Amino acid sequence: MAGSNPNAKPMNLTLRVWRQKNRTTAGKIVDYQVRDISPEMSFLEMLDVLNEDLLRKGEEPVAFDHDCREGICGSCNLFINGRAHGPEAGTTTCQLHMRKFSDGDTITIEPWRSTAFPINKDLSVDRSAFDRIIQAGGYVSVNTGGAPDGNEIPIPKEIADRAFEAATCIACGACVASCKNSSAMLFVSAKVSQLALLPQGHVERKTRVENMVAQMDKEGFGACSNIGSCAAECPVGISLENIAILNREFLSAKATSNNLA
Amino acid sequence: MFQDSKIPEGPLAEKWEKHKFNVKLVNPANKRKYDIIVVGTGLAGGAAAASLAELGYNVKAFTYHDSPRRAHSIAAQGGINAAKNYQNDGDSIFRLFYDTIKGGDYRAREANVYRLAQVSVNIIDQCVAQGVPFAREYGGLLANRSFGGAQVSRTFYARGQTGQQLLLGAYSALSRQIAYGKVKMYTRSEMLDLVVADGQARGIITRNLITGEIERHAAHAVVLATGGYGNVFYLSTNAKYCNATAAWRAHKKGAYFANPCFTQIHPTCIPVSGDYQSKLTLMSESLRNDGRVWVPKTVETAERLRKGEITVNDISEEDRDYFLERKYPAFGNLVPRDVASRNAKQMCDEGRGVGSSGLAVYLDFADIIKRTGADSVSQKYGNLFAMYEKITGEDPYKQPMRIYPAVHYTMGGLWVDYNLQTTIPALYATGECNFSDHGANRLGASALMQGLADGYFVIPYTIGDQLAQTPPTPVSTNHLAFEEAEAGVRERINKLLSINGTRSPGEFHKALGHIMWEYCGMARNAEGLRHAKQEIQKLRREFWSDLKLTGTDQELNQMLESAGRVADFIELGELMVDDALHRNESCGGHFREEYQTPEGEALRDDENFAYVAAWQYNGENKPEILNKEELSFENVKLTQRSYK
Ligand SMILES: Cc1cc2nc3c(=O)[nH]c(=O)nc-3n(C[C@H](O)[C@H](O)[C@H](O)COP(=O)(O)OP(=O)(O)OC[C@H]3O[C@@H](n4cnc5c(N)ncnc54)[C@H](O)[C@@H]3O)c2cc1C
Ligand code: SF4
Ligand code: FES
Repeated sequence: MAGSNPNAKPMNLTLRVWRQKNRTTAGKIVDYQVRDISPEMSFLEMLDVLNEDLLRKGEEPVAFDHDCREGICGSCNLFINGRAHGPEAGTTTCQLHMRKFSDGDTITIEPWRSTAFPINKDLSVDRSAFDRIIQAGGYVSVNTGGAPDGNEIPIPKEIADRAFEAATCIACGACVASCKNSSAMLFVSAKVSQLALLPQGHVERKTRVENMVAQMDKEGFGACSNIGSCAAECPVGISLENIAILNREFLSAKATSNNLA
Repeated sequence: MFQDSKIPEGPLAEKWEKHKFNVKLVNPANKRKYDIIVVGTGLAGGAAAASLAELGYNVKAFTYHDSPRRAHSIAAQGGINAAKNYQNDGDSIFRLFYDTIKGGDYRAREANVYRLAQVSVNIIDQCVAQGVPFAREYGGLLANRSFGGAQVSRTFYARGQTGQQLLLGAYSALSRQIAYGKVKMYTRSEMLDLVVADGQARGIITRNLITGEIERHAAHAVVLATGGYGNVFYLSTNAKYCNATAAWRAHKKGAYFANPCFTQIHPTCIPVSGDYQSKLTLMSESLRNDGRVWVPKTVETAERLRKGEITVNDISEEDRDYFLERKYPAFGNLVPRDVASRNAKQMCDEGRGVGSSGLAVYLDFADIIKRTGADSVSQKYGNLFAMYEKITGEDPYKQPMRIYPAVHYTMGGLWVDYNLQTTIPALYATGECNFSDHGANRLGASALMQGLADGYFVIPYTIGDQLAQTPPTPVSTNHLAFEEAEAGVRERINKLLSINGTRSPGEFHKALGHIMWEYCGMARNAEGLRHAKQEIQKLRREFWSDLKLTGTDQELNQMLESAGRVADFIELGELMVDDALHRNESCGGHFREEYQTPEGEALRDDENFAYVAAWQYNGENKPEILNKEELSFENVKLTQRSYK
């Protein structure tokens, strides 16, 4: 059909896939062969091929999370050959294409590993800890209705742009999966700095950072040791600068806390 | 006789204000005695759940996603419309109303659309207050861009990620209510049936996707915000999991389904590259602000290009046909989606398509890059260009994008009255899941507007009218209707698991998509539609006798989930074909080849078809009953749409 590169040769690959029945059963790596994989396919389309094969043979398909397949929903989360979202920088698993691999390759596919992200089945993990961190304070407390006119709060373009950059986190969890301490600092800092940069977020900035950090600790994420593998593996380029902002926000909140609870 | 659409009396501009005054109120102390179920936590559902909880109602919210933040709304790129007139370019509530009615080819309800335009301005204010980082000018004020079907700049945006930022805004409001305990959130939980007890929507049956557990949930009212059904076509720009099950189950329980054949084909998507393709990627319509659409002037040049004898950069300016600019000088590349899509198809049908399959046209940025520089282009469209390159391996800064139309949005959906209530009392439908505001074609940047309008500013008022008439007695799941619905769900799952055939849910889905795209896609005709109906019926029989699944229902079983959704898509597909066949006119996205003007534009028949087709389920294997809601236009004149 209409590939941009009609001459690309199909590939045969060995997949080493983590299989685990459910949260409580131990898992293991199982090897599979896939044949005639087009380099134009996305990584997840290659897994679709595997799953169709398995189903045809009466074996259980591999469970994995995905939805948008456009790099924006944050659902996909595979640890490919030892790297979160695979070999291509700045790319989610769903946007990784098979042209980045070669015929005959062996590809190891594992789930995110972190005690804060229990495995549901195979490659699917439970990231609800992230939701609970946001519930602890990742919002501006405004009810629907009664908001002032949008242009009554002018915001310098540069600030708005920086807040936007921080706000583009897709909550995939690659930062946690790439960190040897399973720290969620990059994820938390992205939300904290978005709202610390914007005037709308100022009223609650102290309680927000304290509560979100407390929840992060409670969920069992590890400490940050400033190595930066999180930012290196973040598919949307959330910068380490956000962690610096979080630290600053946290220290100043602690110094002048109005969190009476 | 048709159900009352409850459109308030009085002049258009006063209807909503008056209605808000006239609806019954639930007193603040009583609100906590009412339970409301919201299914879906995209823009429409997330906004509704948060706002209803803020008012004091007890909300139970459901999503099959692992987090409310992952709903398909997250993928919206280009922007959201609002009649703010910040650009001083002549926009107004009436103009947004008028553009939407005209863009929808005069098949939407005036009163609903006017209300949408009215509340559009509040949406922007609300989102800004939440901390949504919209694009801004250097002076610090909000920036706008223009979108197809409009001659003013009224689209607010956050680079190419507007849906993401708006959804995260709604998600943050929802998260706050979850923290307060006013919303109980059920993730990875799929609604598999609606429970109707004593003539009223009283709850839902869900399946926990991790454990397989079947659960009953009761409430005083149920709000569906479950998105669109574009994945009937298998390949679409929708997220993989988008499906029609919630709406279709409600339909089979008595909710009318309106204008199912009104589907939108988006002109600018990345073309199909192989039959393994699992979804199509949209390139935002905002690109048509600066990109120029063209194909080679002659079939010969196009052929040489397809064979690889020449490259795109070998084609000189004189040999290019900027067909939209040529045919529609007033709107140029910014004609509405249906017009742009049909023209692209026409070029390819003539043999002037590009790419190795010939099913693509160019979207070229050379001019704007020359005029303003690659940096400024990257500021506006950087993420889209990067996405294009990732998928195709081609660099759009150096050569034009190849694009082709793809299924994108469904204007049809559950029929609702002015209160967004379906034909089942106490069942509401919001966002893409209802049919309400876009007629036969939706304008760009208007779906986000509608989802948030419904969720933040309409349902919180209108639902009170129903609840005020419902006694605040506690609800229970003991009613026989729950038992029956639950048994039905279990029986269906068992049936799916026990067919033991040979074909996967995906194979059936692809086959359905193929039928729908061939015969009920960009262009339709009576003969093709009749053929499609037979094919779909055949496919349905094969599905129920030859489906293959593995595993059990007591675990995460993604193929089982998919099978249930495909089964519903097949039934809905047949209704779409019936609807397309009965509508003997062309309008908006519904293009019947038999009905076109000499220039090949859609030819409406206002005399006979200025109505909403609301289909009523009538039992297994029986033809559905057609109900007509006549549309009356008092504030705009029905004319042949012209974008020339
Ligand atoms: C690629 C793309 C780009 C777009 N860009 C724009 C744009 O720029 N501007 C614009 O205005 N519009 C755009 N649209 C359209 C717009 O994004 C959608 O119409 C809109 O977001 C739909 O919102 P929703 O809340 O109605 O549904 P969705 O966001 O689809 O949410 C549906 C929710 O329902 C849940 N759900 C569904 N079924 C069930 C069930 N059975 N049980 C439990 N939960 C269920 C899902 O989990 C989800 O939470 C775009 C669409 C696409 C595909
Ligand atoms: S910070 Fe980056 S890696 Fe971490 S969750 Fe957000 S997007 Fe994913
Ligand atoms: S599937 Fe949505 S980001 Fe990958």
